[in-house]
Amino acid sequence: MTKNQSNKADAVRYNDLVVRFANVNGSGSASANGMFAKALFRMGVPVATRNIFPSNIQGLPTWFEVRVSEQGYLGRREGVDIMVAMNAETFAEDVASVSPGGYFVYDSTKPLDPKLRRSDINEVGIPLASLMMTEFSDLKQRGLFKNVTYLGALAELINIEFDVITGMVASAYKGKDALIAPNIRALEIGRNYARDYLTAPLPLQVRRSDAVGDRIMIDGNTAAGLGSVYGGATVCAWYPITPSTSVAEGYEKYANQLRMDKTTGEKNFAFVQAEDELSAIGIVIGAAWNGARAFTATSGPGISLMTEFLGLAYFAEIPAVIWDIQRSGPSTGMPTRTQQSDLLAAAYASHGDTKHPVLLPSTPKECFDFAADALDLADRLQTPILVLSDLELGMNDNLSDPFEWDDSRRYDRGKVLDAAALDATERFGRYLDVDGDGIGYRTYPGTHPEKGAFFTRGTSRDEYAAYTESPEVYEENMRRLELKWRTIAKAVPAPEVVNRDQRIGVLYFGTTALPMTEALDRLRVEGIELDEIRLRAFPFNQTVVDFIDKHDFVFVIEQNRDAQMKTLLMAECGFDAKKLVSVLYYGGLSISADTIQEQISDHFTAQKLPRLTGVQS
Amino acid sequence: MTFVAKPRVHHPRLPVNEIGLTRRDYEGSVSTLCAGCGHDSVSAAIVQATSELSIPPHRFAKVSGIGCSSKTPSYFLNKSHGFNSVHGRMPSVMTGANLANRDLHCIGVSGDGDSASIGLGQFSHIVRRRINMLYIVDNNGTYGLTKGQFSATNDKGSTSKKGVPNLYEPIDLVTMALQLGASFVARSFSGDKKQLIPLIQAGLKHKGMAFIDVISPCVAFNNHSGSTKSYEYIRENSGSAMAADYVANAQEITADYEPGTKEDVNMPDGSVLRLSKLDASYDPHDRVGALSYVMRQQEKGDVVTGLLYVDPEASDCHEIMNTCATPLNALNEAELCPGSDALAAINQSMR
Ligand SMILES: Cc1ncc(C[n+]2csc(CCOP(=O)(O)OP(=O)(O)O)c2C)c(N)n1
Ligand code: SF4
Ligand SMILES: [Mg+2]
Repeated sequence: MTKNQSNKADAVRYNDLVVRFANVNGSGSASANGMFAKALFRMGVPVATRNIFPSNIQGLPTWFEVRVSEQGYLGRREGVDIMVAMNAETFAEDVASVSPGGYFVYDSTKPLDPKLRRSDINEVGIPLASLMMTEFSDLKQRGLFKNVTYLGALAELINIEFDVITGMVASAYKGKDALIAPNIRALEIGRNYARDYLTAPLPLQVRRSDAVGDRIMIDGNTAAGLGSVYGGATVCAWYPITPSTSVAEGYEKYANQLRMDKTTGEKNFAFVQAEDELSAIGIVIGAAWNGARAFTATSGPGISLMTEFLGLAYFAEIPAVIWDIQRSGPSTGMPTRTQQSDLLAAAYASHGDTKHPVLLPSTPKECFDFAADALDLADRLQTPILVLSDLELGMNDNLSDPFEWDDSRRYDRGKVLDAAALDATERFGRYLDVDGDGIGYRTYPGTHPEKGAFFTRGTSRDEYAAYTESPEVYEENMRRLELKWRTIAKAVPAPEVVNRDQRIGVLYFGTTALPMTEALDRLRVEGIELDEIRLRAFPFNQTVVDFIDKHDFVFVIEQNRDAQMKTLLMAECGFDAKKLVSVLYYGGLSISADTIQEQISDHFTAQKLPRLTGVQS
Repeated sequence: MTFVAKPRVHHPRLPVNEIGLTRRDYEGSVSTLCAGCGHDSVSAAIVQATSELSIPPHRFAKVSGIGCSSKTPSYFLNKSHGFNSVHGRMPSVMTGANLANRDLHCIGVSGDGDSASIGLGQFSHIVRRRINMLYIVDNNGTYGLTKGQFSATNDKGSTSKKGVPNLYEPIDLVTMALQLGASFVARSFSGDKKQLIPLIQAGLKHKGMAFIDVISPCVAFNNHSGSTKSYEYIRENSGSAMAADYVANAQEITADYEPGTKEDVNMPDGSVLRLSKLDASYDPHDRVGALSYVMRQQEKGDVVTGLLYVDPEASDCHEIMNTCATPLNALNEAELCPGSDALAAINQSMR
């Protein structure tokens, strides 16, 4: 494309593009790419970011994708409009992934291999290396500022307000003033090059909008950590594992900031990096047994290690909150890719007849809310609560409604007897179902000199926590736990239903919600209209059962191979397999609107299901 | 087996402690272990030690793993909460319990299988974390509850009940604890009430983790001449450091002798126990010295008992982490929730 070839205004597409950056891991590109997304956000344009990164610290390819959407479609869609290809090693696949008519931005210091050329896309060459060579003498600086320079060029190419970016540079390096000037200089070099030598702006542009509203930009893990601070967690024990680590780190950061006495440095929390996940969950259970609110964060392999303890906590009825930030498969699998494949492992974790409540957040706001709610639920229900997020939600910056906290909210510590209550109790029985909801009363160690002490063990005990191996007592206890399970179903977050009076429904949960609006909008254009239910928790309450009952069939969309949610619905509610039609994706990226649209549309075609006519998009 | 409550008759002549309680107030349920099990002697020693300390019995927290040894928290301190948790995981549960309420006196009981095999990792790391607790291992050199398999503390060459020799090197928790930086390390014998009780008391008063490896013979599976953890073996091979008094089953045998002397005590099974004097030259503040002393004695086949190492200036986990004085489990919204104004500022920082 040559300079001064002006774009007709009506051909310009505003605030609707996918930009993908291809970089080398550890090259310092992340902060420049992050700034790119943040600049658009600050211009009021909805953005969603996705890190597609290897399990590696330096050297392997990494991608960063920014979805820009005035409509607020925050899920992934297929196709790349602008590829910023900064990793020569992945040129071939990067060229291939550009949508027809899209742009391929590369460092033109070296000419592009003619074999890589595609006639249906536009090449945008910027001689980044040679620009840096003349401007910066230091080798390291050349590498780092290259990232900022392409950011400056992009700003010109798609019309990002330049002072928004320079403002971000200024605040990012506050206190390190010496870094501000060269960063801005690098931005300008990029901008000037684009202005002087490229056709800029492109017909793909951004412009200021009010579509972001009062939303904030944050990742789900940080939100979970912050929510745990607000929810009153005092003990966090964990073991590092991608993609969960930032939950614990988020908690630590905000706890240090908000829960530490500024003068004495005294902390009203304990943060323990344990030696492994066995220990992390043991610490959580010990702390909760002794009346502290405690949580841990891990991923699938950690859940596997925790399962023995989860069984004990289930039977001994000890609160605990466990965040599982799901990833793909085992240790050497795809630890930096996302999936919803721990559902069954979480719901039925452990030996014996065990089941656990599972919360299913979809947004950072929900991560914040569920963090505090889970602590309440664990105490109220006296059982481990698992919160299933995933890498997609946990590690990517996403738009979120601002967090809210009602200052009149009181922590629900559940049924706990203090010394006075014990004095008023004739005979304390830890596992007595006094209220008929399956949940007994607890006491914390050290409460009363004479009453309320009990010995905690697995199942070999009666209602008074006294040792017994009587079959009758065992069965009676298990029946009470079933009753408790029904209480739990009423207490966990209810599903969200959108009723459009259709005969066919769609059921989804977690991050599948992100591309859902877009997928449904596209299907509508194809004459497919569906009722929706977004699950927010297991066990399923009556609303879930009713929703499935009243529809001819329901698509169940999930990001795993084995249709784990469908399995759970069939097992727990007795639904016929035919009633639940799976839409599955498990490639390790987040499920895209295209995948959902395609599979549902194909099913309609294959089954010759009627489509609506005259539907407006 | 059903829980048997002990009749709570107060003997009018039972001595009372400083807070007006008798030993009875520190007892537990009737033991279901084999008659003569060393573990029961350890429980009895805990009862006596805690009652003499005049700590209100409900202010203890007892946590154990799984095993005959780990059952014993039922058999002492009935007025305090106990937790028979998961095999090998007492240290993590106790860590959590101690983090939640630093004011409680924490007693962790474990076995040699529990701590030296399945829980060796947790054992090591709780030493590093310096949880303020008393950590007792009832070391019988066997897996009692699963009926007599070898444990990792078995000496090489010792034979199992079936006569099979152990081919592997033993793990010694005492030397491990010393190496890992434990601030209180002791070894004793379950039958040696006079040595064990003061050690338990010192351990409870110690700030940080106090570790006591208590040789505690299993009469069902490990009390035969081929075992190096049998009554006979220990009796004949025990050289004692520091408080070198050495008495078997506390209820049955007492010994009273001057420091620097030796005394032979007749045991219920007819054997003779040689008590060796307190070694005045032993310096319990020298970690490296303690290590070499224990290992040298081990070379000779002797089991050193007594307080091997103590750092009276030790800090505990709470001090290291600088947690507040109020127990974490007693904090509420006012202390824990930063409130909506702080949240509004955080929202703003995410814009
Ligand atoms: C995960 C697990 N594996 C195995 C067992 C079976 N088990 C119960 S007690 C025990 C060994 C106990 O030995 P030790 O800790 O020395 O206690 P002792 O009975 O000798 O006092 C084993 C292997 C278990 N309870 N849990
Ligand atoms: S089997 Fe051994 S350790 Fe277990 S109770 Fe009997 S004597 Fe004690
Ligand atoms: Mg043992």
